[in-house]
Amino acid sequence: MTAPALVLDDVGKRYGASDAVRAVTLDLRAGEVMALLGPNGAGKTTLMKMILGLTRPTEGAITVLGGAPGAAEARRQSGYLPESVAFNPALTGRETLRFFARLKGRDRAEVEHLLGRVGLAEAAHRRVGTYSKGMRQRLGLAQALLGEPRLLLLDEPTSGLDPILRRAFYEIIAELKARGTSILLSSHVLTELEARTDRAAILRDGRLVALDSLADLRRAAGLPVRIRVEGRPATLEAMTRDFGARPMNGHAVELFCPAERKIETLRRIADLPVEIDDLELVPPSLDEVYAHYGAPTARTPGDGR
Amino acid sequence: MSAVLTVAASELRIGLRNRWVLMATLLLAGLSLALAFLGTAPGGTIDAGRLTVTTVGLASLATYLVPLIALLLAYDAIVGELDRGTMLLLLSYPLARHEIVLGKFLGHVVVVAIAVVLGFGAAALAVAATGDIRAGELWLFARLVGSSILLGAAFVGLGHLASCLVRDRNTAAGLAIGIWLVLVLLFDMGLLGALVADEAGSFSKHVFPWLLIANPADAYRLFNLSGLPSIEQLSGMAGLAKAARPAPALLLASIVAWILLPLALTTARFRRREP
Repeated sequence: MTAPALVLDDVGKRYGASDAVRAVTLDLRAGEVMALLGPNGAGKTTLMKMILGLTRPTEGAITVLGGAPGAAEARRQSGYLPESVAFNPALTGRETLRFFARLKGRDRAEVEHLLGRVGLAEAAHRRVGTYSKGMRQRLGLAQALLGEPRLLLLDEPTSGLDPILRRAFYEIIAELKARGTSILLSSHVLTELEARTDRAAILRDGRLVALDSLADLRRAAGLPVRIRVEGRPATLEAMTRDFGARPMNGHAVELFCPAERKIETLRRIADLPVEIDDLELVPPSLDEVYAHYGAPTARTPGDGR
Repeated sequence: MSAVLTVAASELRIGLRNRWVLMATLLLAGLSLALAFLGTAPGGTIDAGRLTVTTVGLASLATYLVPLIALLLAYDAIVGELDRGTMLLLLSYPLARHEIVLGKFLGHVVVVAIAVVLGFGAAALAVAATGDIRAGELWLFARLVGSSILLGAAFVGLGHLASCLVRDRNTAAGLAIGIWLVLVLLFDMGLLGALVADEAGSFSKHVFPWLLIANPADAYRLFNLSGLPSIEQLSGMAGLAKAARPAPALLLASIVAWILLPLALTTARFRRREP
């Protein structure tokens, strides 16, 4: 196992009297994709700025690719896509990307390659001022990919992208991951992260409240499984009577049961002497897991300090 | 150094696409041509070449317009990028903050230089096309072009300083207008008022010359207008006492100081600013 791309050790950032980030400890392994989750103002962007060396932590230490954050070498080997990225509207897409390529010491062939990769080859001669939000976002992604970075920091990378572009985006992410790039990405669209991230770090009020794989987070959250049953009125009546299920509409009911009693419950439903048209088993969604950890009243397993 | 040049080349490109700068440059070129054609009918006793006369006119014109072009370019340089969010990304790249400041400065000065060379060059060509240019006049004209670019650089530096001192673009624009009004217009009015009130007292003799040198716009004007005897007659500078006529090198030094000081302050201030 190679050295982690990113190590945060008890990192804190204080602005005046308020803490933006408090005692965050985590490490990002080579080739790992980590989701950084948390409501607005939870400290995600501040954390990224500290990793980039744009602002100094008031406590703790950060190591980026084996060096100090903001060191020239670390900057050359990392890519950053800021939240709602912006460019000078007077320059064309190609001029913008060439500018950043020169700063990173990359050649023009790579610029053309990346323009094609994010689907901007046709629009590259147009000024950025005429671009849609999705096109700016793609240009932002292209500049982050310059120089085959070993560490990618993506702040809300898929905002403004339509479903097809989102998919293309995650294909690029998977490719980079396969080549060993470590990726830290924050997002609000949780469902799309599910299959694409190795671990998730959940921030709330600047604290790291959870850090684990999504499957483990889900298990630890102990959220109930939702069972949806469709059938005739007699079936629904039996479900309501025997299981305390809640009617959803004229022909379906739903009930919640703890994950560990899932099989047992299913067996009991199957044993009912009524006809069942359809049965659906819905595990807790990532949104629910997130709400569990992100909500102010939630217990905080990762917050042992 | 290559990062500085990269930023400078980008700023040059953006500057050349700036509509306000284009308009101010066209205004400069138009007025320069007008001066070349209309203002070169030397009357009676004054023995001066036509390019010399034009140069005097251009110097007066440039005192107002060159700082304006420079400030139009510069006021947005830092606060605008912070405001739009483009600075955050730039700062994440492998280049130092002083390289950003220096690159922007260099790029903007080149834009000013292009505007000056185009505007004044048009006037010089017009003069050359319609009459003779005397020996020595070209040197005078070259001094004008060079010092105009230096004047522009001083105001680019001041614009950048304004741009990194404030928190939003409108305040920066207001500050830039304020700088222009004070240094180009109000300062002279104040001096004039003080001279009248003083009536050749100690202020006129000892303080006034230094105040003229201290202001980059005045230093520029003096540098160009008091260079040759023939020019002094044209510009009404002959009345100035000999003591109040500083050496050209001192005047240039003042302008250069006005370039270096804002540049240094901008760099120092920008280094400490967190995006």
